[in-house]
Amino acid sequence: MKGIVKTFPGVRALDGVSFDVRRGEVHALVGENGAGKSTLMKTLAGAYRADAGTIVIDGVEAHIDGPRAAEALGIGMIYQEFNLVPELSVLDNIVLGQEPQRGLLLDHAAAVREATTVLTELGIALPLDRAARRLSVAQQQLVEIAKALVRHARLIVMDEPTAALTDREIDALFSLIEKLKAQGVAFVYISHRLEELPRIADRITVIRDGRTVETRVAADMPQADLIRLMVGRPLDAHFPALPPVAPDAPVLLNVAHLESPGVHDVSLMVRAGEIVGLAGLVGAGRTEIVRAIAGADVPQSGEVDLAGTRVVIRSPHSAIAAGIAFITEDRKAQGLVLGMSVRENTTLAHLDQFSRWFVVDRAREESITNKEITELHIRTPNAEQTVRNLSGGNQQKVVLGKWLIGDARVYLFDEPTRGIDVGAKAEIYTLMLELLRGGAAILMVSSELPEVLGMSHRILVVRDGRIAAEFSRDEATPASVIAAATGAAA
Amino acid sequence: MAQPGGVKAELEASAVRARARSQRNQWLRVAAAVAALVVVVTVVNVFSHGAFLTPVNLTNVLRQITYNAILAIGQTFVIITAGIDLSVGSLIELTGVVMASFANAFPLDNGIGLVAVTLLVGLLVGCGAGLINALPVVKLNLPPFITTLAMMLMARGLAFKLAHGRPVPLNSNAFDAIGTGFLFEGFFKRFGLPGIPIVVLWMVVLVAIFAIVLTRTRFGRYVFAIGGNEEAARLAGINVALVKTMVYVISGGGAAVAGLLLMAKFSSGSPNTGIGSELQSIAAVVVGGTSLAGGRGSVIGTFFGALLIGVLNNVMNLLDIESYTQDIVLGAVILLAVIVDELRKRYLRA
Repeated sequence: MKGIVKTFPGVRALDGVSFDVRRGEVHALVGENGAGKSTLMKTLAGAYRADAGTIVIDGVEAHIDGPRAAEALGIGMIYQEFNLVPELSVLDNIVLGQEPQRGLLLDHAAAVREATTVLTELGIALPLDRAARRLSVAQQQLVEIAKALVRHARLIVMDEPTAALTDREIDALFSLIEKLKAQGVAFVYISHRLEELPRIADRITVIRDGRTVETRVAADMPQADLIRLMVGRPLDAHFPALPPVAPDAPVLLNVAHLESPGVHDVSLMVRAGEIVGLAGLVGAGRTEIVRAIAGADVPQSGEVDLAGTRVVIRSPHSAIAAGIAFITEDRKAQGLVLGMSVRENTTLAHLDQFSRWFVVDRAREESITNKEITELHIRTPNAEQTVRNLSGGNQQKVVLGKWLIGDARVYLFDEPTRGIDVGAKAEIYTLMLELLRGGAAILMVSSELPEVLGMSHRILVVRDGRIAAEFSRDEATPASVIAAATGAAA
Repeated sequence: MAQPGGVKAELEASAVRARARSQRNQWLRVAAAVAALVVVVTVVNVFSHGAFLTPVNLTNVLRQITYNAILAIGQTFVIITAGIDLSVGSLIELTGVVMASFANAFPLDNGIGLVAVTLLVGLLVGCGAGLINALPVVKLNLPPFITTLAMMLMARGLAFKLAHGRPVPLNSNAFDAIGTGFLFEGFFKRFGLPGIPIVVLWMVVLVAIFAIVLTRTRFGRYVFAIGGNEEAARLAGINVALVKTMVYVISGGGAAVAGLLLMAKFSSGSPNTGIGSELQSIAAVVVGGTSLAGGRGSVIGTFFGALLIGVLNNVMNLLDIESYTQDIVLGAVILLAVIVDELRKRYLRA
């Protein structure tokens, strides 16, 4: 792959990435959240189309214009979330899309022959007639590998293959990869687990901000270098200065021993005027923590105190009533009703403030919405505009406006600036500072390391659903946070 | 911001312009519909030798659409939340049979009092059935298609069982007025009109009330929000389960009112008056511009949907078109209506 460029509206996800994979090689691809690894792989697999750049396979320039084309070129993709049909059998999944046929009928015997050939060659046993949903994660992964091999894949891309495996399963996977390497199959191996790279990778390429930073032979890449290359940029200068937290500031949010799906024994507290950042890898459980506090998931156990008062979180409604505002990470799926107007979205969570009896007072709705539009600089022709027609940054401001009209004291921000441009980002940071000045407490989840480091008084690193480390603003460095998040010995 | 006042004024002016534009669009649509109607009516009137445009016939059309329009009001609420209610046809029958049996067994017959108590009983049955429809939907996330289909079968079976397979004739004549009566007969007689049918009054009042509920109240706003994005509505603190339950309860209540009016019209509660009514009500909602995907729709639109279907039926009867052909035309009109609506949306978005 050479000079691959891919832009999304407002974002340049890939900006000239180049790298190559040799026959029988495992080439690891590492980088921070959002560095562009997944986008790059999806381009290779034909899920996205590159805006510029070339892909050369066996010396021939390839035009990958869809998943079928990628398959025909011998590229197999194994995503972190597998692509199996849960209700179909292992056999049906393996031959899915290229079922052998006799005339118009499926040729079951031929399918069995094909699958058994591949599986015996690998020396793995899978129950062919069992439904895919009843397999363990490791077995499902084997099905995915078999699926790629039945399609004669010569290059297999694996995204976080060990994320959900036990140590023994990882050993088995690695020996399988070795076996396939010996047969000439090449691998692109994406992983956050830096400690396993020396065991499996031949070469390592680091990607940052959509660009290739460096490619080295794995043996010449100590972990410290790797981390330095991954984060190696100065903190962006566009973060505003955070006002110090008064030492006697009251604790507004205190969470003790919180248990919820994906959250284990989490305790944390945030003071008035303080921003606490939750750092960690995607899937580490950061979002789950704020969802439990906001009542989006109902916590199984644990205590939540707001300004010293115990509150029982049973639903989003009870969290809002207690004074918690939750700005969700996915504004389109969770934050906004896209078909409704700016006005209707702005007042949705606090409609009781705008109604007498049950009748909504539109004039008051409109005046408060116009106030939010002016104060947050929401670029919309007027309050009646459908939010679907606004840009991402302006949609995000509508989400903020929706929570600002309440009298919440604790704000939970989940990826507050994802997918929005730099200008809108700065405006949102300024707004967060205004909230602090008003005496609010902020708990922020962010996958952008500079954002966490630049916009938090304290940083909690989440790993496997637990708080793995805590840093003050002065202690935290990109390397120390990444090390704690990946579990590497820093 | 240099001139916050100026920005605010600009926003308000822009909102006024947007409202004017949306009103203009609405009037344009209405004008187009009226123009089309005038053309069709003229043509029909000529072919039916003047039978269509007579006061008596037009009053009849309104009377005929009443039951469907009332059912379709509740159906509109359900469909805006992206649900569906297949049970309303059977609930007309069940509530009708229950109400007729109750009225016959009730010891007092003091006219309006009996009607009121009977309606209350019918509402209890209809709303209760709505509640049963909703609970598996909101508690277990089951598809409303299935729960209301089950209720459709159960309610019809129960109605037949309670009525022993025959209509239950009403002993009292307290219901005659609301079934077949007219208001202001003396006044309208001078113009050769029969007066305002009381059933039509029920429809007009219910359409007006529920149009306001849908567009002007918190509950109505929540109905749209849930249909547009249920998760966002939940995270905004809306009690999604309660709102969804309410729409099925309203729909069941609407079936009870339609059941009362039909019982009054036939002087009996019959276990087979409602067959196919659920589909007629869905057709009225869809022709009226409400999206089956949820999040968009109106009660007024539904009223006009029911009116259009009613006019079509009436016209085809006047023209002596046989009933099989009528079904074909009706089906085609429904298909056409949704296709035009979809194309209009795409055109507007582009």
